[in-house]
Amino acid sequence: MPGPFAGFKWLALINDWSVFAEGFVQTILLSALGLTLALGLGIFFGLLGTSHVKLFKLLNRVYVEFIQNTPLVIQIFFLYHGLPHLGIMLPVFVVGVLGVGVYHGAYIAEVIRAGVESVPRGQLEAAYSQGFSYWGAMIHIVLPQAKRISYPPLTNQAVNLIKNTSVLAMVAGGELMYHADSWSSNNLYYGPSYVVTGLLYLSLCFPLASFAKRMERKLEVSS
Amino acid sequence: MIKVQGVNKFFGPLHVLKDINLNVDSGEKVVVIGPSGSGKSTLIRCMNLLETPSTGQIVVDGVDITAPKAPITKVRESVAMVFQQFNLYPHKTVLENLTLAPTLIKKISRDEASESGLAFLERVGLREKADAYPAQLSGGQQQRVAIARALNMRPTVMLFDEPTSALDPEMIQEVLDVMVDLAKEGITMVVVTHEMGFAKQVADQVIFMDGGTILEKGSPEHFFTNPEHDRTKLFLSRILR
Ligand SMILES: Nc1ncnc2c1ncn2[C@@H]1O[C@H](COP(=O)(O)OP(=O)(O)OP(=O)(O)O)[C@@H](O)[C@H]1O
Ligand SMILES: [Mg+2]
Repeated sequence: MPGPFAGFKWLALINDWSVFAEGFVQTILLSALGLTLALGLGIFFGLLGTSHVKLFKLLNRVYVEFIQNTPLVIQIFFLYHGLPHLGIMLPVFVVGVLGVGVYHGAYIAEVIRAGVESVPRGQLEAAYSQGFSYWGAMIHIVLPQAKRISYPPLTNQAVNLIKNTSVLAMVAGGELMYHADSWSSNNLYYGPSYVVTGLLYLSLCFPLASFAKRMERKLEVSS
Repeated sequence: MIKVQGVNKFFGPLHVLKDINLNVDSGEKVVVIGPSGSGKSTLIRCMNLLETPSTGQIVVDGVDITAPKAPITKVRESVAMVFQQFNLYPHKTVLENLTLAPTLIKKISRDEASESGLAFLERVGLREKADAYPAQLSGGQQQRVAIARALNMRPTVMLFDEPTSALDPEMIQEVLDVMVDLAKEGITMVVVTHEMGFAKQVADQVIFMDGGTILEKGSPEHFFTNPEHDRTKLFLSRILR
């Protein structure tokens, strides 16, 4: 009986490299679009959370608490299996973008809120006193300062988002984990399949994570 | 230039401004004094709507800023404010601090804004700091930059909320010198400060606030020679020590 990492299994994998490449590309696309959505939602809901208007604050809390306190898998299942019952059929790729986007948007909202709240109130007031609108003040004065302390946790969110796209494998998501899974469940060559898949995720996440570490150290030095 | 009429301000149950009436003429220099918590900051911050009066009316340069759809950002372009904590933009250089709002808000060309900005830096004695960041400056220098930033908006009114209170004693004078120099111009100034020397030098009108009301108004001489109320005398005796 050949071991789980027998040479011919690796050869088979190399032969079928395009399967993994396709999944890898899908994972990158999914991550990029998901991250864009997450950033948009995160900035919007994060700013709602810094507002003095009670309704806005409430909207922020409902979104953040609801999403952060339910598992991503259930949210994906809801989008994939639940929505069709309401007559809404979404392509699985869209389910993926929405799923990780909305999920990580909730975490990013907290990062943005904390970042904006770390900027002294006087900054917004100085901007107002010079004739800036709320959005003008946010874009030119407050967010650039919030960015400094938000970058490391934001990068961590990006890393988690990339890893979490693998949850899509549970609904035949067409991304890296799904392809690795279906390829190896056909031929039972799980060993090489998961090792290579893991390395591919690592190749995306590690550079980001080390970037975050470097930023963090820089901030520590400068503050 | 500034007309405050029947202004009340509540923070929740706290009645902070009580039926305030005040006229500041064009070019006039008004100094506001009074004990901590008497509502000085709240009053001056109502003049550019950083605080919204609960009731009453404030008219600035003919514009009722308390009206529901008042063009407040437009009004703020010509009503500059200098804060106790300077509030310079730390992620921008000194010169960028001066040119940001003029270029973005007033749509003045970058060259023009830089040129006038450098001139104002020269005037507050900090031209050589144009490319420094605020964190590299002393408190007194930061406040002088903040004044130059305000001036580069070409305001008709300047509001100062305790501009020297956060400064080490040895830096107070350099900021006051700049303000005295400024007061020689036609610009309208409202200054919350306890620097009675400054008041004596420049104020046309001194206002003493206590418990959310204007208890006493008059010339600086009035306050030095025969203040009317005991509260005023007591307060002055403390700050003039
Ligand atoms: N945003 C706010 N929310 C609640 N209460 C406030 C707020 N701002 C000011 N107050 C209260 O209003 C009162 C007047 O405050 P204000 O800052 O106008 O006083 P001040 O005369 O400027 O005092 P100081 O000399 O200490 O600066 C104080 O009792 C203060 O605690
Ligand atoms: Mg005050």
